[in-house]
Amino acid sequence: MKHRISALFLGTALALAAGGAVAQDKTVKIGVLTDNSGLYSDLGGAGSTVAAQMAVEDSGLAAKGWKIDIVSADHQNKPDIGTTIARQWIDVEKVDIFVDVLNSGVALAVNNLVKEKNAIMINTGAATSDLTNAQCSPNTIHWVYDTYMLANSTGQALVKAGGDTWYFLTADYAFGHALERDTAAVVVKSGGKVIGTVRHPLNSSDFSSFLLQAQASKAKIIGMANAGGDTTNTIKQASEFGIVAGGQKLAGLLLFINDVHSLGLKVAQGLNFTETFYWDLNDGTRAFSKRFSERMKNKAMPSMVQAGVYSGLIHYFKTIDAMGGNPHDGVKVVAKMKEAPTDDPLFGKGTIRPDGRKLHPAYLFEVKKPSESKGPWDYYKLVGTTPADQAFRPLSESVCPLVKK
Amino acid sequence: MQALYAQLLVGLINGSFYALLSLGLAVIFGMLNIINFAHGALYMMGAFCAYFLLNIAGIGYWPALIIAPIAVGIFGMILERTMLQWLAGLDHLYGLLLTFGLALIIQGIFQNYFGSSGLPYAIPSELQGGMNLGFMFLPIYRGWVVVFSLVVCLATWFLIEKTRLGANLRAATENPTLVRAFGINVPRMITLTYGLGVGLAALAGVLSAPINQVRPLMGADLIIVVFAVVVIGGMGSIMGSIITGFALGVIEGLTKYFYPEASNTVVFVLMVLVLLLKPAGLTGRAA
Repeated sequence: MKHRISALFLGTALALAAGGAVAQDKTVKIGVLTDNSGLYSDLGGAGSTVAAQMAVEDSGLAAKGWKIDIVSADHQNKPDIGTTIARQWIDVEKVDIFVDVLNSGVALAVNNLVKEKNAIMINTGAATSDLTNAQCSPNTIHWVYDTYMLANSTGQALVKAGGDTWYFLTADYAFGHALERDTAAVVVKSGGKVIGTVRHPLNSSDFSSFLLQAQASKAKIIGMANAGGDTTNTIKQASEFGIVAGGQKLAGLLLFINDVHSLGLKVAQGLNFTETFYWDLNDGTRAFSKRFSERMKNKAMPSMVQAGVYSGLIHYFKTIDAMGGNPHDGVKVVAKMKEAPTDDPLFGKGTIRPDGRKLHPAYLFEVKKPSESKGPWDYYKLVGTTPADQAFRPLSESVCPLVKK
Repeated sequence: MQALYAQLLVGLINGSFYALLSLGLAVIFGMLNIINFAHGALYMMGAFCAYFLLNIAGIGYWPALIIAPIAVGIFGMILERTMLQWLAGLDHLYGLLLTFGLALIIQGIFQNYFGSSGLPYAIPSELQGGMNLGFMFLPIYRGWVVVFSLVVCLATWFLIEKTRLGANLRAATENPTLVRAFGINVPRMITLTYGLGVGLAALAGVLSAPINQVRPLMGADLIIVVFAVVVIGGMGSIMGSIITGFALGVIEGLTKYFYPEASNTVVFVLMVLVLLLKPAGLTGRAA
């Protein structure tokens, strides 16, 4: 018996030693899991893979003996497909880190899997603030934006400007529900009132029925808790039904530069919304965006989701390089990433909180009039900035178990 | 009550798109026996064609309403000549697979170059603005869509069911050998019919360009519903697909009002019910 126990100890010691040797392993596999073909593919899609490649090139790790591979796949906005791919990536392809993972439904499903398998997710695409609250995980960092921040910035600004009655037009899945919930909370807190909600299926093409209901509600603000093609169609059809001309105001709770580009300034002008990245913010963002757009087939400027992939990976590379090797241990690497402050040309200096929330300022933009724009992609006017420490949900309101109170 | 009228009218507007698209499908299925899964992609091409005409050649909405269906119709006829005609007489599954594959390829190419968010196309200046009907604000353009598509649908029905050309066509479907014996060029007629069906899809595409964003996937989102419409109306029945198109638009509109969460499933629930009670569709004759 004694022999057997000591043999067991010896075995464990050997395994640990072997583990130590693996820590010097300098291979990394990145998985870009995104919508490559559907309504969100302009926000992430192929552009996210381009951003990941740029991060690999700019990190300079190849020169230091690192071998970094990127794989990419289309989750088709379906949580079951997303988790199947993610499972195969972790088990068979040995993917260390997931980036992008837009669509809140897919993100929440993959979040659980990544935790169970001790991989890493830097989520730059999903909006739901649950990723760093009720569903927070030691393996996940939520990088770019979330529903709380969008609600806080856009919602508060609009109520302050007199928009105190709201009607929500909500995409009927995890993301829309979260965005509606968080925005409604801000509206009520700021002294406004929510007088109704209509929920539409994801990827609808006709919004006239929903818009008529919103119009009949006489709410001052129609809050669009949807994204991508759903939002652009809503805005376009709202102008057709004379909603803005009739005195109601549309609030784009989540809009991306690609949506504005697709709508054209004539329809989109005057919209207020919040982003954490815009290509024309400063020299750093301009230089990156110029290089990025040259590599895109449709010459698009980067969305904040794609910018986030670059920024997140740069911080990840710095961390594992400092660790001297890839331990293939999600919790360990994410803990190290949280210790160090972040710094990159796209989002500036920032930090990562214990709950996995990356902090940086949030910018409230207004879409320019056609006469103010100097050309394609010159679309935004900066109208307000929320500092990093006030932009996101305060830790005091958090229910995340990783936050020690 | 006022809100209800408004929803009925909006349903009618959507119904006119369903009717135009399912009409094209019904013509193609009825005359050629092809389940045309490329219909959505061709509808999308119609909208893109209008966009190109405007932004490259400076040709506006009204000429596009004629040019785009002809251009896309010719593209359809090339498809028929080079690929689809070889499938005549084979199992339906082959046509379905071929057209589905074509749809994926066409959509993929457009998405590669134009992304997924789509391109803007403005409402023509003559049809901008709207009327206050008391119970709702009706955009003039939407009213135009209903009237115009109704006219096109009825004209197509008349062409196929009431004219000599239509009679020849229907005869050619029943018995091609016999009709050929009368000196009628049946293969050419079939090509032209496919072109007509495709042209109807492209026409719907041009009509929808000012309402929806011109997006590569605009057809893919719609085609499944349209197939359900065709199945409910009875495969290949011209009048059946027109009436069902409008009716389902209205039913969907009402669902959006009473229980919006179910609005994208209600059509399929109806399809299941109809298939259980009348397997040949509402107006279809049992095979």
